Amino acid sequence: MEPAEGRAREKKVPREVSGQAPLLHMGVSPHIRAADTTTRIMGWVIIAVLPLTVYGVYIGGFKAFLVIAMSVIGAVATEAIIQRIRHIPVTISDLSALLTGLLLGLTLPPRLPWWIALMGGVAAIALGKQVFGGLGHNIFNPALVGRAVIFVSYPAYMTTSYLVRGQAFVVNTPTIRALNSVTTATPLFVAGQVRDHQLAVNTARYIGPYLWGNPWGCIGEVSAILILLGLGILLYQGLVDWRIPVCMAGTVVLLSWALGMNPILAAVSGGLLFGACFMATDYVTNPMTAWGKVVFSVGCGLVTVVLRFYSNLPEGVMFAILLMNGFTPMIDRYMKPRPFGHKSVVSQA
Amino acid sequence: MGWAQRMKRALFTRGGVHPEPRKVSSIMKIFPGPNPEQVIIPLSQHIGAPCEPVVEIGDEVLVGQKIGDSAEYVSAPVHSSVSGEVTGIKKYPHPGGHDMLAIQITSDHLDRPSPDLQPVAEPLELAPGEIRVRVREGGIVGMGGAGFPTHVKLDTPADKSIEVMIVNGAECEPYLTGDYRVMLENSEQVLMGAKIAQRALGADRIVVGVEHVFPDVIRVMREAGGPFGIEVVSLPCRYPQGAEKSLIKSIAGREVPTGGLPRDVGASVSNVQTCYAVYDLFYNGRPLTDRVLTVAGDGIAGTANLRVKIGTTVSDVIDYCGGMVGEPGKVILGGPMMGVAQYTTGVPVIKTTSGIIVLRADTMLVEEPGHFTCIRCGRCVKRCPMNLMPYQMASYADIGDWDALERFDLEECMECGCCAYICPTKNPLVQLIKVGKDGLARRRRKMDSLVGTGDGRG
Ligand code: SF4
Ligand code: SF4
Repeated sequence: MEPAEGRAREKKVPREVSGQAPLLHMGVSPHIRAADTTTRIMGWVIIAVLPLTVYGVYIGGFKAFLVIAMSVIGAVATEAIIQRIRHIPVTISDLSALLTGLLLGLTLPPRLPWWIALMGGVAAIALGKQVFGGLGHNIFNPALVGRAVIFVSYPAYMTTSYLVRGQAFVVNTPTIRALNSVTTATPLFVAGQVRDHQLAVNTARYIGPYLWGNPWGCIGEVSAILILLGLGILLYQGLVDWRIPVCMAGTVVLLSWALGMNPILAAVSGGLLFGACFMATDYVTNPMTAWGKVVFSVGCGLVTVVLRFYSNLPEGVMFAILLMNGFTPMIDRYMKPRPFGHKSVVSQA
Repeated sequence: MGWAQRMKRALFTRGGVHPEPRKVSSIMKIFPGPNPEQVIIPLSQHIGAPCEPVVEIGDEVLVGQKIGDSAEYVSAPVHSSVSGEVTGIKKYPHPGGHDMLAIQITSDHLDRPSPDLQPVAEPLELAPGEIRVRVREGGIVGMGGAGFPTHVKLDTPADKSIEVMIVNGAECEPYLTGDYRVMLENSEQVLMGAKIAQRALGADRIVVGVEHVFPDVIRVMREAGGPFGIEVVSLPCRYPQGAEKSLIKSIAGREVPTGGLPRDVGASVSNVQTCYAVYDLFYNGRPLTDRVLTVAGDGIAGTANLRVKIGTTVSDVIDYCGGMVGEPGKVILGGPMMGVAQYTTGVPVIKTTSGIIVLRADTMLVEEPGHFTCIRCGRCVKRCPMNLMPYQMASYADIGDWDALERFDLEECMECGCCAYICPTKNPLVQLIKVGKDGLARRRRKMDSLVGTGDGRG
């Protein structure tokens, strides 16, 4: 904030010029502005994911806390250092780097070694944001870029650092005990087994833990209910467009259902809800117009289903969103709203 | 505002913004304005050809006497708002920003009326053409915004027909309450004026649009309009609800086509005070020499709705309201969304001045010169009432890429300022779009002259 205020002070001119009429400010209309600022928006998104973060740390323990803290530190420090080197104003006070680090931390497994989380934070800002020129210029969601980098660098850690061995009391449920009898540690692998009927359990029994106290997901996937609470906050504050989470999750649910998976399990399992609510809605990397957002989010949903069902990647959401991020500039270019009074019936909501 | 309504707004608002209304003056009765020593009456207070003075320095003038006129059709005469002596005909500061030719009249404080215009016994019996001639003689222009001469607007071409005449009671700019008070205190007069305008237009029906947050006005107008069969519609409250195209869309459900006029969709819009001026002209024989405006803002001692004589300087009005408080910041004529900040309080009130907003230096908005930073939040796109892409137009205008700008419909932008208002990074969007419009117009002119002269030098 400091540099901005400094500039405002400099601009003030002496008002009384030897007894003449007071000097008045000019300036072009509008003479009033909405209260929202970048900092306030980022702050509200942080508040929206806070319940999730707290509960995730409560379930995941100190290690989960360390993961989140390290990815935040990595992101914020990288932003500051790169901006110093580029001799441009350091803008960490707009909270956007902090938010990137936090969102990244929430998509990591709770028992990940802290140094991998730190690297993720660094990669998110350096490769996901600053190479493109900083806030507003990046094509891909920075947090997901960070996650993708460590995902391909340390796949073993990324797939085995979950809580499946029953670290917390909530996981001591029949469902988890059933899961523990399975030798794999990868949650969606289990989901795959369920889908392929290799595991003779009632899939509906998984839904409860996914709603509240999911042990086989990332920190931020700990509770579908808290994710939806966060989404509620974002919608109420007018920060995100409802089309994105609704269309993305809706596409996945309907398609999974058609392909024979329990639709509710499809909705709450894996990173779908978290990705649809907090990742796909990232301002910078999704299209501007209402119909553009629909195309984008339906695309995210489609790719997620394709990856979930037809690839051996355990989690499709991340790559689905990153892929659709790449299409955003094109969608923006071709899906303009129909200007008021124009005849052509191009997309309009 | 309840949480449910807020949620609805957050989810479904498209086009328009909701600035804080700040309409404290809505409970204040209309007061007579100051009796100035001098008035400065610009010869151009409307869209169209400026007037030529028809008086000379030293002439004696009366209230309502014509002092400037033009032979052009798209123009409206100006009248003296005081009685006294013409003491100057030269360039004076004008609310539009440039100095303009104006007539200064020193008042004798007697307010002797001119006998030139007389009331009409049965105005609703007059032929439409006759009404238009008189409206022009009365110097009536659209008092809501741009000041388009009313007689031109009332002149429906033979190949068009007007189905609905809309009386614009949507005063969507923050602070302003003049139209609201006129509707409340002079509802019958407004509707009688509207009836006369309807006759000239040949419109089938009259609809009054009022924002739903003013239930008392809606009630009063319904009571007054019922016997005439005039419909009063309650409109959603948002800026720019009062913009002509938005209003027609809200009331008649029709979109004025690009580059078209309201009459192309069978509609015509008149401001509340314009209707009142028509009434005043036909029933009282008074041309347009005063108007109601709101004086408000944190930088002025007294807030008020005043009936101010056209030509009264802003400084006279400010003194009349108790003067400025605090360090003076901005003096805005009009509302804070579209009004023009003045460099001097020596400018006069003209026919289109809907308010005088005085803001203090320590609380007003100071534009930060800075880079165009867009976090791509999409708000400007979502809120633009014309469904444009403000961030793209503004960023191309910022870097001066005129070729890219040609791809957008810049001329569709009504300069409402919603985009700049809502932008969280405080980009000067509408300001840059105006720059872009100018740049494109200059470029096109240059192209035309290149083609015209053929010497390749423009
Ligand atoms: S682009 Fe023009 S019409 Fe659209 S919001 Fe901005 S100023 Fe208003
Ligand atoms: S409102 Fe401002 S930050 Fe948001 S998209 Fe428009 S220009 Fe960019």
